[in-house]
Amino acid sequence: MFGEYAALLVAAVLVNNFVLVQFLGLCPFMGVSNKLDTAIGMSAATTFVLTLASVCSFLTYEYLLTPLDLTYLRTLSFILVIAVVVQFTEMVVRKTSPLLHRVLGVYLPLITTNCAVLGVALLNINQAHNFMQSLFYGLGAALGFSLVLVLFAAMRERLVVADIPEPFQGAAIGMITAGLASLAFMGFAGLV
Amino acid sequence: MLDLLMDSPILLALTAIVGMGVVFGSLLGFASVKFEVEGNPLSDQINSILPQTQCGQCGYPGCRPYAEAIADGDAINKCPPGGEDTIQALANLLDVEPEPLDAEHGTEKEPLVAYIREAECIGCTKCIQACPVDAILGAAKAMHTVIADECTGCDLCVEPCPVDCIDMVPRKTGIRHWSWPLPNPDNPPLVIASDRPVGEAA
Amino acid sequence: MRQIHDIHGGIHPPERKELSRPGNVIEGPVPAQLVLPLTQHIGAPASPIVNVGDRVIGGQMIAEAQGPVSVPVHAPSSGTVVAIESRAVPHASGMSDTCIVIELDGENTWAPTSGITDWREHNRLELMNCVRQAGIAGLGGAGFPTAIKLASDRDEGIHTLIINGTECEPYISADDTVMQCYADEIVAGAEILAHIVGAQTILLAVEDNKPDATAAMTTAAMNCEMAEVVTFPTKYPSGGEKQLIEILLNAQVPSGGIPADIGVLCQNPSTAIAVLEAITLGKPLTTRITTVTGEAVNEPGNRRVMLGTPIKDLLGHAGFDATAGNRVLHGGPMMGFAVTDLDMPVVKITNCVLAPTSEELPPPQPAQPCIRCGHCAEACPALLLPQQLYWYARAKDNEQLERHNLFDCIECGACAYVCPSHIPLVQYYRSAKSSIKDAQQEKVRSDNSRGRFEARQERLEREAAAKEAKRAARKAAAEARAASGEDPVQAAIERAKAKKAQQEEADS
Repeated sequence: MFGEYAALLVAAVLVNNFVLVQFLGLCPFMGVSNKLDTAIGMSAATTFVLTLASVCSFLTYEYLLTPLDLTYLRTLSFILVIAVVVQFTEMVVRKTSPLLHRVLGVYLPLITTNCAVLGVALLNINQAHNFMQSLFYGLGAALGFSLVLVLFAAMRERLVVADIPEPFQGAAIGMITAGLASLAFMGFAGLV
Repeated sequence: MLDLLMDSPILLALTAIVGMGVVFGSLLGFASVKFEVEGNPLSDQINSILPQTQCGQCGYPGCRPYAEAIADGDAINKCPPGGEDTIQALANLLDVEPEPLDAEHGTEKEPLVAYIREAECIGCTKCIQACPVDAILGAAKAMHTVIADECTGCDLCVEPCPVDCIDMVPRKTGIRHWSWPLPNPDNPPLVIASDRPVGEAA
Repeated sequence: MRQIHDIHGGIHPPERKELSRPGNVIEGPVPAQLVLPLTQHIGAPASPIVNVGDRVIGGQMIAEAQGPVSVPVHAPSSGTVVAIESRAVPHASGMSDTCIVIELDGENTWAPTSGITDWREHNRLELMNCVRQAGIAGLGGAGFPTAIKLASDRDEGIHTLIINGTECEPYISADDTVMQCYADEIVAGAEILAHIVGAQTILLAVEDNKPDATAAMTTAAMNCEMAEVVTFPTKYPSGGEKQLIEILLNAQVPSGGIPADIGVLCQNPSTAIAVLEAITLGKPLTTRITTVTGEAVNEPGNRRVMLGTPIKDLLGHAGFDATAGNRVLHGGPMMGFAVTDLDMPVVKITNCVLAPTSEELPPPQPAQPCIRCGHCAEACPALLLPQQLYWYARAKDNEQLERHNLFDCIECGACAYVCPSHIPLVQYYRSAKSSIKDAQQEKVRSDNSRGRFEARQERLEREAAAKEAKRAARKAAAEARAASGEDPVQAAIERAKAKKAQQEEADS
C-alpha cells in the first residue's frame, strides 16, 4: 500500500510531470518564474489550492454528484469548487503576505483557470481514484509543479544577467529552456 | 418535493448547482469577514524605497501620496531624484519591468544641496516655510542658512526666495566621494588590479 | 614545530623580488619640498595646526587627528610651510586633496624626543594614545589607524599577535629588507604590541622564499619567549590577514568580521618598528622603507624615504628612465594603481614604486566574453564565486551580490590573473562595492529625511490645532458673554463706581 502511494507520487511528480510532460499549467509557469522568491510563493499557493481542490472535487463527485446521478455536471461543479478554493486562498495570502499578494497579482485568481488544477480533478475521476489516492495524486501534481517552477525560476534568474543575443532575450530564451527541460524530463519515462 | 426533484433531472441539476453556489458563497462571505485586511502595508514598503525629497516632481504632493499611487497601480518611473536606482528597486519589489525615467517628470541629476548666499539674504523666512524637511536654520530678520546634511536637494526653496539668493550645488564632489566606475571596454585597465592608463584622471 | 595549513586557491605569479636586492637599505633622496597629504590613512582627514609661513622642525605635529578614526601628520624634517593647498595625491582616482607643503631648509633640525622605557608599567590606554599621537597607520599598504586596531575591545581579548612578514605580492621586498636589517627591533615592537593587546603568543610569519629574513627573525626571536617564527610555502595572496590566519591557525575569520572577532591581531613588521620608536624613543612616524623597482629604473632597491617626498625625486634617485616604461605603479602589480602625476608624494601606504618597461609588464589583451570555465572560483582564496559576482556586477543586481558575499572579497586579483578571457574582474567588484555602499548611505539619508518630513507635518498640524483651539476658546468666551446679556463696558463702569465708593468710605 505504501508502495502504491509512493509510485503514485513519483508518477505525478516526475514521470508524468504536469508542466513539462503533460503541458498543463504553462501560464503561471512562464508568468511567475522570473524571480525565485515569487516562484516559491506561487508554488506554495498552488500546492495549497491543488491539494485542497483535488480533495474537495473528489468529495463533491463522490457524495453529491454520484448519488444524484449528476456526474455529467462534474466539469461545471469542479470549476465552481476550484474557484471557491482559489478565492479562499487569495484571502489567506492577502492577509498573511500583502507583498506576495501584490506580486502574484493577477496570477493568483488565474489559478482558477489553471488547466493543471482542473486536470487533476478530472483525471482523478478518469482513473477512478479513491479518497487517499486523490489526495496523493493532487499532492504529487502540486509537488511536480513546484519542483519545475522553482528550477525554472532559478535558471531564469541566471539567464537574465547572461550575455544572450538580442533576438533571444526575454521570453524567447525562456521558452527554449523550458523545451530543453521538457526533453530532459522525458528521461523519466518508464521509471514507474 | 424531493420526488419532484428526483423526477425532473434538469430541476435536480439546477438545484444542485445553485445549492452548491449558495453554500460556497456563504462560506466565502464568512471567510472574507474573518480575513479582513486593514490598510495597505505595501505602500509603506514602497515609501521606504522613495528618496524622500518631497519635491513633487512626480506630480503628487510628496513621496507618500506617490507611494500609495504606485500601490494602486501607477507607473514607477516618475521620480527624477530617485533616478534609475529607485526605478530598479521598485521593479524588483513589485516584480514589474523597469522602465526608463519618464522625461515628462524631469531628468536625473547628480545629488544637489541648496546653498544660501548669505550676503544677499534678507531674512524673510519664505524659504524656511517652503522646506519640507526643516533643513533651513533661521528666524525672521535673522540670517538663514541651509543645514547641508539634512537638505534633500528638492529645490522647493529656490522659487519662494524674493531676492533669488539660493544656489543648488552638487553634493558629492571631491576625492572622498569618488567611486570606482565599471570597466570601460574601449579603455580597459592596464594592469591586473589597477585602474587606468597614465594620463587619464578621475 | 607549528603545523601550518593551506588556503583554497591562490596563484604563483613570477616573484621578481631579486630585482630590488632585498636586505640593503639605501638612504633615500632629500628633496627640495615635501608634500604631506592630510589623509594618508583610512578615516577622517587630519586637520592642519600650522599656517602658511610657519617654520616647522622635524618630528613636529603639523596636523592633528580629527575624531576617533584619524591619524595626525608630522613634519619629517625642518623647513617652512609654503602652502596648504590641493595637490595630486596617490589615490586610485588620480584626484587632488589638501596637502601641507614644506620647503626644506636642509638642516634637518629635530625636536627633542623622549620615550617611555618602562612601557610594561604603563596601562594600555596610555600606550595606545602614544601610538595614535605618533601618527602610526598600517604600513603594509592599507593604512588603517593602528591605535584603532589595537583598541578592538572584544570581551575575550586578543590571544595571538601575528607579525605579517609574508609580502606575497611580486616585486615588493620592503618587508623582507626590514626583517633582515631590523629583526631585533621588530621583535621588540611586537612585544610592546602584545603587551598592549594582552596577547600570549607572537607569531612571526615569513614565506619560505625569504630564507635570509627567516634566519634573521629566528635569531631575534630567541630573546623573546612568547615569539615564534613560522614559515610556510609561497603563494599569492597568503599575506592577506584572513588568509594568513587560516594558514597559521587553521581558523577562519567570520564573513563580514575582522580578525579581532576570533582573538587575533595582525601587524606589518614596519608598523611594529614604528610603534617601538614611538613608545621607546618618542619618535613619530616620518619615514618608511619603500621598494623602488622595475626594469625602467637603473638602481632598483629599498630606500628609506621621508614621507612627502615626490615620487619623481625618488625615481630620479633610482635612475628612472622615463622612455623605457609607459607607466609607474604605486604599490605592486596585483593591487597597486597607476601614478598619474609623478609629483605625487610618497605617503604612509607607499610600500613600493614600480616602474616596469613595456616588455616587462605588457598591456593586457582586451577582455573577451566569459566562457564560464570556472578557473576564477578555483583561484579565489576567499572561497567566493567570482564568476557569479561578475555576472551580477554587470547586471547591477545588488541583492544577489550581497548574497554571494561580495564584501568578503579582498580584491587580491587572483581571479583576474587566471581568467583566460582577460576580464578585469576586480574592477567590477570594486565598482559594485562602491555602488552598494552609496545605496546604503542614500537609504540612511532618505530615512532621516522621511523622519524630518513627518516630524514637520506633525508640528504643522499641532500648530494648526493649537490655533484652532484658541480661536474656538475665544469664540466660546464671546458667545458666553453675549448669552449672559452683560455689557462689558457697563460692568467696568459699575466696578469703577464701586471701587470709588469703597475708597471714599475708607477715607472718611
